Amino acid sequence: MSNPLEIARRESSVLRISVRTAVIMLGFTLVFTALMAGTYKLTEPLVAASAAAEKLRLIGEVLPPRLHDNDVMADAIVLPPQKALGTDEDSRIWRARKAGQPVALVFEAAARDGYSGRIGLIAAVSADGRLLALRVTSHKETPGLGDYIDPKKDRNKARPWITQFNGLGLSEVPRDKWRVKKDGGRFDQMNGATISARAVTNASGRALAWVVENRDRLFALPANSRYEDQGAKQ
Amino acid sequence: MSAYKEIAWNGLWKQNSILAQLLGLCPLLAISTTLVNAVSLGLATILVMMLANFAISALRALIPYEIRIPVFILIIAALVTVVDLAFNAFLHDLYLVLGIFIPLIVTNCIVLARVEAFAAKNGLRAATFDGMMMGVGFVWVIGLLGAVREFVGQGTIFSGIEMIFPSLSGIQVLPEDYPGFLIAILPPGAFFVLGLLIAGRNWLEARANQRLRDKRLHEHPSAATATA
Repeated sequence: MSNPLEIARRESSVLRISVRTAVIMLGFTLVFTALMAGTYKLTEPLVAASAAAEKLRLIGEVLPPRLHDNDVMADAIVLPPQKALGTDEDSRIWRARKAGQPVALVFEAAARDGYSGRIGLIAAVSADGRLLALRVTSHKETPGLGDYIDPKKDRNKARPWITQFNGLGLSEVPRDKWRVKKDGGRFDQMNGATISARAVTNASGRALAWVVENRDRLFALPANSRYEDQGAKQ
Repeated sequence: MSAYKEIAWNGLWKQNSILAQLLGLCPLLAISTTLVNAVSLGLATILVMMLANFAISALRALIPYEIRIPVFILIIAALVTVVDLAFNAFLHDLYLVLGIFIPLIVTNCIVLARVEAFAAKNGLRAATFDGMMMGVGFVWVIGLLGAVREFVGQGTIFSGIEMIFPSLSGIQVLPEDYPGFLIAILPPGAFFVLGLLIAGRNWLEARANQRLRDKRLHEHPSAATATA
């Protein structure tokens, strides 16, 4: 047992086993990471195409095609993160025009205070400052409870909850009334699931006010340019 | 009982991942709010379990015993990622519905449990079949749970089916003015219904065992009287 040669041999075999195990683990990691990376590369163009098609479909949902005659996807400007819109990375504003005249702005916004985190929104605001339509693009609200903010899940198919904003502007519903009824505002909410409705309502009010205020600049910028905050220098 | 029959029986009933092993409760409780959600997640789970069991059965000779768990997790996570990407690229409409559920499958410990308990010790065909049967056992229980919760909670069945088959729509079973029973939709409701399902299974099992005992007693009455 105490033979020094014996101990040395045992230690070297432990070392050998450790190295062998580590190499095998490394091998598996490399192979399966390569598998994931390969799949990602292979599917990337398809995923991007589906995402673009999905975006176009969403724009179509809030902006009826008959309202404009320009290519909305091409007439976009890049927007840095905006507090009023709840965005935390670059987003886009698509501009709809008819015969060169501004018709509407389509943009993405987000409510960060949903019941289960972020609620992604897309909205169209007409040139005269009315919210044409609002849709939820992504959310994690409780299925069967808070998810009525998405008209696909809303059980009221005839008049889904989110359509009550359609056509309203800040001249019809003042900013301090742009809230759910429970908070003293104008908009309905469903009992037991106020948080989801409140988040969407407040986010849409904030976004609408910001877009209306900056409307002229947003329409005037050349396509594909970047919007810069006026007060950026502070 | 042949080996495959036994695998099927284990997956569907005797070793049912939810009712007998109580595994995979995280996705189970989160997703079983409606029948359509539940079955959709279940189908994705079957796919992942078959792939994981197949891959690990195929590679089992290469995996050292000491590091088998990290290797299993690595393989399962990689497969789920690949399935997620493939769905997104090739079945985009379905992905929009199932997309949020697919990453959840990684949190389902039944996948790791079957890989460890079965696939690592059995051949390719048996392992893949076991993955499928365990998955089917998961689907029918989560589907039943979803159906009960949806029915009690909002009085409908198949709501949301239009996301998968746009021509169909959910059925309003209870009257339109049914106020809903909120607790069935919330997580506690999932525990209540699951508890009832497990109690039901235990009752059936106990009854079957009792019958078996009665039958034995009937066939060998001398054994019973001798001890009495």
